[in-house]
Amino acid sequence: MPFAAATRSLGAAGLFAFSVLRASKPTRDFLAELVREIYKIGARSLPIVAAGGAFVGLSVTLLGYRALETYGATSQVSTLLGLGLYRELGPVLTALLFVGRAGSSIAAELGLMRATDQITALGLMAIDPVAKAVAPRFWAAVICVPLLTAFFISLALCAGYLEAVHVIGIDAGSFWQAMKDSVDFVDDFCAAFLKAAVFGATAALVAAYVGYHAEPTIEGTSIATTRAVVNASLLVLMFNFVLSALWFR
Amino acid sequence: MPDTHDIAVRLAGVRLDRGGRAVLRDVSLEVPRGSVTAVLGPSGSGKSTLLAALTGELAPASGTVEVLGQAVPQRKRALLELRKGIGVLLQGNGLLTDLTAAENVALPLRAHTQLPDAVIDRLVRMKLHAVGLRAAADLFPRELSGGMARRVALARALALDPPLMIYDEPLTGLDPIASGVVMSLVRRLNQTLGLTSIVVTHHVHETLPVADHAVVIANGRIVFDGTPAELQATRDPLVRQFLDGEPDGPIAFDAVAREVAA
Repeated sequence: MPFAAATRSLGAAGLFAFSVLRASKPTRDFLAELVREIYKIGARSLPIVAAGGAFVGLSVTLLGYRALETYGATSQVSTLLGLGLYRELGPVLTALLFVGRAGSSIAAELGLMRATDQITALGLMAIDPVAKAVAPRFWAAVICVPLLTAFFISLALCAGYLEAVHVIGIDAGSFWQAMKDSVDFVDDFCAAFLKAAVFGATAALVAAYVGYHAEPTIEGTSIATTRAVVNASLLVLMFNFVLSALWFR
Repeated sequence: MPDTHDIAVRLAGVRLDRGGRAVLRDVSLEVPRGSVTAVLGPSGSGKSTLLAALTGELAPASGTVEVLGQAVPQRKRALLELRKGIGVLLQGNGLLTDLTAAENVALPLRAHTQLPDAVIDRLVRMKLHAVGLRAAADLFPRELSGGMARRVALARALALDPPLMIYDEPLTGLDPIASGVVMSLVRRLNQTLGLTSIVVTHHVHETLPVADHAVVIANGRIVFDGTPAELQATRDPLVRQFLDGEPDGPIAFDAVAREVAA
């Protein structure tokens, strides 16, 4: 029965999330793993986040300029860019890029660890596999996605500024002033990072859950990787709507 | 009858199920301390299922499993405590691929002891030296041959000086020379460190020379329990079919046929 199976899966995922939190103890080994994972899934995601941010900034500026030109309000293009990036595009697109780049790698790594007996070996050595293999990846994602979001938004704003001021010809002073007047520190800036942390946790948990429970075969790992990207992306979009609806009233 | 303290592993009337099907029935077995016991049987006979029961991965559907003088617990914390006393060499080695050989061996020491780094480093070198791989300490698993990786996994399994060692198919994928090295290590480590060893395998001819005790599993039960010499001399058609590698006999080759027969 699909409903019963879905409920069981949801319950199992909830228990898994709880076991990850319970296994997160700041030991020296954990912190060493955390730093390694931050480098692997955070630092190595910087190039695609930078490129993604720059192109989104360019696209939104161009789109905004053309739409606002009709009403003679082109000086407000930075308002559109700022609010759009902080409230929606920055956290969501960074999370989606993160899911594609790092979420898939988390699922694949854990799936391969399952297929090559590494997870079994940890358990047989009386080492909690969740504490060793999952918890550092989870916290690395929670830390990295907000930082990557900041990087994405910064690059998008810089690209938007260059296009708006140096290509389109909008005054630089009014570009920054309009953005400063419209973007609120708590409502927009903080909301972006709160959303990013939630999305990072969601992406890492989904990827880790499907990878950790993958069938111990190459095909199982492949299925887990695909499932991680699809499920985490959909959940990020769903949570984005819920958070936006609750936050921006 | 041996004293309780002389027995490292005891199974009494054990039934083990997987996927709702009985894989092993009415298994009773005693493994004396200090011995090397070979658990033999064809592929799919339930040898690894038996191993899973010893390590607490699989709870018996009925009967009792005692390891190192205590019943295998179901509670996670107690189970982890018991596992610190059991070294397991897995068929797939289970070496963590992002750690070097030395880091792999250090893993249980870092997790379960408060020893300083210098002492752990020295212990790791000693364990690797015991398996003849001190020079490979800084190599990653992908840089090791199959036999070397198996020996690194053996050094890791021995890291905490467990009184009981379980080897799951230790010779799979190894050439004859590497097989000989691994089996002589099993015997030598058992003698020098005073271990109890259980070797789960279908490699009869490489294993029997180092074993003190042999058990054969087939058709979901123990069909032989005795010394290697008794095993070699047995006339039991079921055991003979396995030892001689005969395609026809009481052990069915086809899985469906076996289920029907059961």
